[in-house]
Amino acid sequence: MSSNSWAGSSRAPGDAGFISKTVFYILLIIGALASIFPFYWMFVIATNDRGAVFHIPPLLTIGGEFFNNFQRVLERTDFFRALFNSLFVSSMVTISVVFFCTLAGYAFAKYEFPFKTALFYFVIATLFVPSQLSVLPTYIIMAKLHWIDTYRALIVPAMVNAFGIFWMRQYVSTAVHSELIESGRIDGGGHFRIFWNIAIPVITPAMATLGILNFMNVWNDFFWPLVVLKNSEHFTIQIALQQLFSNRDGLDYGMIMSATFTATLPLLVVFLLFSRWVIAGLTSGAIKS
Amino acid sequence: MAEPVTAVQTVSAGKRPFWTEQRRSRLTAYTFISPFFILFAIFGLYPIFFTIYLSFFKWDALGPMKYVGMKNYDLVTSDPMFWTSFTNTLIMGVMGTIPQLIIALLLAVMLNSAMTRFKKTFRVLFFMPNITSIVAVTLVFSTLFGNNGMVNWLLHQFGMESMAFNSGWWGVKIAISTMVMWRWTGYNAIIFLSGLQSIPLDLYEAARIDGANRRQQLAFITLPLLKPFIVFVTLISTIGSLQLFTEPYVYLGQSGTGSTRQEGITMVTYLYSEAFRNGFFGTAAATAVMLFIITIIFSMINMWVSGRMEGDTGGGKA
Repeated sequence: MSSNSWAGSSRAPGDAGFISKTVFYILLIIGALASIFPFYWMFVIATNDRGAVFHIPPLLTIGGEFFNNFQRVLERTDFFRALFNSLFVSSMVTISVVFFCTLAGYAFAKYEFPFKTALFYFVIATLFVPSQLSVLPTYIIMAKLHWIDTYRALIVPAMVNAFGIFWMRQYVSTAVHSELIESGRIDGGGHFRIFWNIAIPVITPAMATLGILNFMNVWNDFFWPLVVLKNSEHFTIQIALQQLFSNRDGLDYGMIMSATFTATLPLLVVFLLFSRWVIAGLTSGAIKS
Repeated sequence: MAEPVTAVQTVSAGKRPFWTEQRRSRLTAYTFISPFFILFAIFGLYPIFFTIYLSFFKWDALGPMKYVGMKNYDLVTSDPMFWTSFTNTLIMGVMGTIPQLIIALLLAVMLNSAMTRFKKTFRVLFFMPNITSIVAVTLVFSTLFGNNGMVNWLLHQFGMESMAFNSGWWGVKIAISTMVMWRWTGYNAIIFLSGLQSIPLDLYEAARIDGANRRQQLAFITLPLLKPFIVFVTLISTIGSLQLFTEPYVYLGQSGTGSTRQEGITMVTYLYSEAFRNGFFGTAAATAVMLFIITIIFSMINMWVSGRMEGDTGGGKA
């Protein structure tokens, strides 16, 4: 199999033979099914009764129990509160990340200043430091500031990041023409004004991509909220979901899946609406240097 | 900080103004990049040095700190649980990463070659697992891997013994690696695909005219030009797999409090439980430092191997 597909790689797209083409389609469809099956399974369990998970043979049809299951979620946790907390924290972080990373990326792309290259390499290097290395002192800082169990603990440390700066610099350096900035300066525009009125409109797509990628990351983060959040009224949706996974009275998978499904749905819809941007951002932002 | 505005008035004739265009734009640039450096200094750089410092002290995060020298490192390295977490991390890293990268590369090659239609749809479908939260993924897979779950049912259909995916030594590792693979394979396939698409087609054209067969085209064009992408993806996956936490924590923690069970404990789970469950901040800091050193070692091995790869293909670079 592998030699077959390898061979295909060295052809120009479109001139693969009929048999290899069919094999490719079949494998790609298997891959796609494997990718989406867990989503479907989540929905199947969410809409069936408690015993449905371990039905033999496996149950694959959608039932009508969704609202009963979800009712039990609402009895166990403040689901919508957690959803709102996640929405609030993710939005705040995203607005801040997009703004500060765009500023920094713009500066690295369009300004000349001493130590520019060294500083930029420093930014890149921080990408390779595992976050666990700083988690204990950061926790202690949060405790000293009395920020434990607050939204600030989640928002402030994440307000700007190295990937965002890197990604915006790439885009700004190709999309924003230096002549435009210079002529803006000659006409007497302030630096921030030029950034805001000339650069920003050109780089909005890149900012949107960064925003979506970042929103997904913050929304899905688990480790740091787990460390700093204590009180259930501040829980983000990920912590709330994990709390449902408790076998106090036998694992109620119908309830758990109705909650995970409801929590996944908003992100899924946003992703499907903007998937072109997300994927383009991912593939062009991640590698080129 | 703020834009200096008073400069122009104070300049006497014949003297150069202090706020030249160059100085002004430098200050602007430093202001624009400063949020990152300020925030990183507080929540990145200072904590890193503090972690290293902390690793030489005995501390419960509340009382006074007591200097103990290398004792924390001795304690960690003589704790069998640490070594269990170390081997678990490596085993799950290998099981989750290597098949994942191979499948991702195959998917990318297939998407790039035969497909002229539905390419965008497939890309979106392959990427979808990556947007779900790890917690959600883990919850879904814990039903699939349950004792009477779908995976065991499938094993029975093929006449195989069912496996204890939620308690067995291998079972747990297989289940967790599968979750990691499901989440990241499509993501990596898309990165590989963008690498493949960056290779100009006329290179293959020229090679074919020179009589290169497909294997040679693969060895001398596709792989060398794809190499930066392979190196990048391998590096990122290696670093990511050393930080494995959420999947084992949620999957094995069916009491709602997370778990450090032996079959699936990872280095980060170990670190987490030392600090936030046992209150041993010193040994947790030592663990963090060791995790960092291990990460550097693995990154360097990655770089070294990819350097060797270049040597082997010799003049293969187009």
